[in-house]
Amino acid sequence: MTARTVLQPADITRALTRISHEILESNRGGEDLVILGIPTRGIELARRIGAILDTIEPGSGTVGYLDVTMYRDDLAGQPTRAPSPTQIPHGGINGKTVVLVDDVLFSGRTIRAALDALGDHGRPRAVRLAVLVDRGHRQLPIRADFVGKNLPTSSDERIRVRLTETDGIEEVTIES
Amino acid sequence: MRHLLSTRDLDRATAVGILDVAEDMAEVAGREVKKLPTLRGKTVINLFFEDSTRTRTSFELAAKRLSADLITFSAKGSSVSKGESLKDTAQTLAAMGADAVVIRHSASGAAQTLATSGWIDAAVLNAGDGTHEHPTQALLDAFTMRRRLHGAASRGKDLDGLQVTLVGDIVHSRVARSNVWLLTTLGATVRLVAPATLLPANTSGWPVTVGFDLDEAIDADPDVVMMLRIQAERMNAAFFPNAREYSRQWGLDEERLARLRPDTMVMHPGPMNRGLEISASAADSSRSTVLEQVTNGVSIRMAVLYLLLSGAAE
Repeated sequence: MTARTVLQPADITRALTRISHEILESNRGGEDLVILGIPTRGIELARRIGAILDTIEPGSGTVGYLDVTMYRDDLAGQPTRAPSPTQIPHGGINGKTVVLVDDVLFSGRTIRAALDALGDHGRPRAVRLAVLVDRGHRQLPIRADFVGKNLPTSSDERIRVRLTETDGIEEVTIES
Repeated sequence: MRHLLSTRDLDRATAVGILDVAEDMAEVAGREVKKLPTLRGKTVINLFFEDSTRTRTSFELAAKRLSADLITFSAKGSSVSKGESLKDTAQTLAAMGADAVVIRHSASGAAQTLATSGWIDAAVLNAGDGTHEHPTQALLDAFTMRRRLHGAASRGKDLDGLQVTLVGDIVHSRVARSNVWLLTTLGATVRLVAPATLLPANTSGWPVTVGFDLDEAIDADPDVVMMLRIQAERMNAAFFPNAREYSRQWGLDEERLARLRPDTMVMHPGPMNRGLEISASAADSSRSTVLEQVTNGVSIRMAVLYLLLSGAAE
C-alpha cells in the first residue's frame, strides 16, 4: 500500500479560507447562516470555517453538527453503527441558509442522509454543501457548492483526511 | 447483541454503549419531528402476557419513533385466553415475519425459552419475566442516575462509586435483580433493605450487602434510594402483618425523606402504591426521579431496538 500526500496543512487552511469567502459571497453576507458539520471530521472542519467566517464578518459563524447515522440507507448491510450527537445551534434552522460540511464527497449517500435528517429539524431556506475533497464516483444526483480540492481517483483508492484535533496530524492522503 | 434477556450477561462496555445510544435517542424527543426512519420496514411485536402500562406504551412509542411497524398482543383478547401455548403463539408470530418480539410473561425464563427454542428467529427483548429480570427497566434506571449525576456530560461515563439502596419487595422483584447486576457491572455498590420475609432465601451469590433496617440504611447516606413496589398480585402468603406496619418500618415517609441529602435520588419503577412503600410527598419531591424514569424509558427502548434490529444479521 502506498500513500501519497495531496494536501499539506497550509493547503487545507487555504482551501477552508477560500470556501469561507465563497460561502459569504454566495450568501451575500453573513446573515442567517448556519454551518453544520457531519461527524466525524466534518465537525472540526465546520468549526474552522465558522471561526474564519467570524473573523471576516463577526457573528456570521453559527456552527453546529448533524448526525446522519439513523438516516443512512446502508444500516442493514453493515455492523451496527453507534450514532453520534447532534447539536443544532440555538435559533434553529428554519428560514436559514444551512451549509453542510463534510470531509470527503464520494457516493453522495451520506449527504442524502443528511438532507433527510435536516428535514426533521426544520425547514431551511436553502441548503448548500461544502467539502474538503471531492473524489468523484457519485451514485446519487448530488454535487458540492464549495469544494476544497477536486481529486480524480479510481474507486479502489482510499482518501484519508487527518486533522490535528481528531488525529494528531494534519494532511490529506491518497492510499492505493 | 442478538437478544436482550438479562442484564447479568452485559459487560460494562456494552452497557455504557447502550446508555450512550440512548443519549442520542433522547435528543429526538426535543426535535420538531420526533421520528427517525431507521427501522422502516421492520416489524416489532409486543407480546404481553401480563398487565403493563408503562413498559408496553414505552416500547410502543419507542418502536413508532424509529418507524418500525408495531403490533401489540396482550393475553386478554388474543387466542392465549383460549389456551394457545407460548410455542404456538411464537410460531404464529414467526410466520407473520416479526423481526423483534418484546415479551412480558409471568413465568421466569419465558424470554430465554423464546430466544433459544428455535420457534422463532426474531430478536427477543425481555420486558419482564416472572421474578427473574426486567433489563430495560434497569437500563433506564442507570441512565436516569447517570443523567442526574453528569447531566449533558454523561456520555461514556459509568456509575463508579455510587451507593444505591434498594428497599422493599426484593424477593418478587425482577427490577431489583436486573438492577443488582447492571449497577454492579457499572461500578455502583448495591445494598438491599427489606423485611426478612421479602428477601430471597439465599443472596450469597449476589454482589450486594443486605440489611433489614431502613433507618440505618438512610443514616448510611446513600446516593440513590430505590423503593420497590409491594406486589400484591404475587403475595400469596403473609409476608408482613399489615400495610400500616410495613409502611411504618419500610416506607419512605416524610420524616425519612427529610433525613436524605437534598441531591439524593428517590427512584421508583412504578406503578407506585402511594402511602404504602412511598409517601406522596416523597414521590412528588424534587429528589424523585419517577417521571424522568418514564421519559428515559422511551430513549432506552429506542436504543435497544436500534442496536438489536439494525446491522447485518450475524
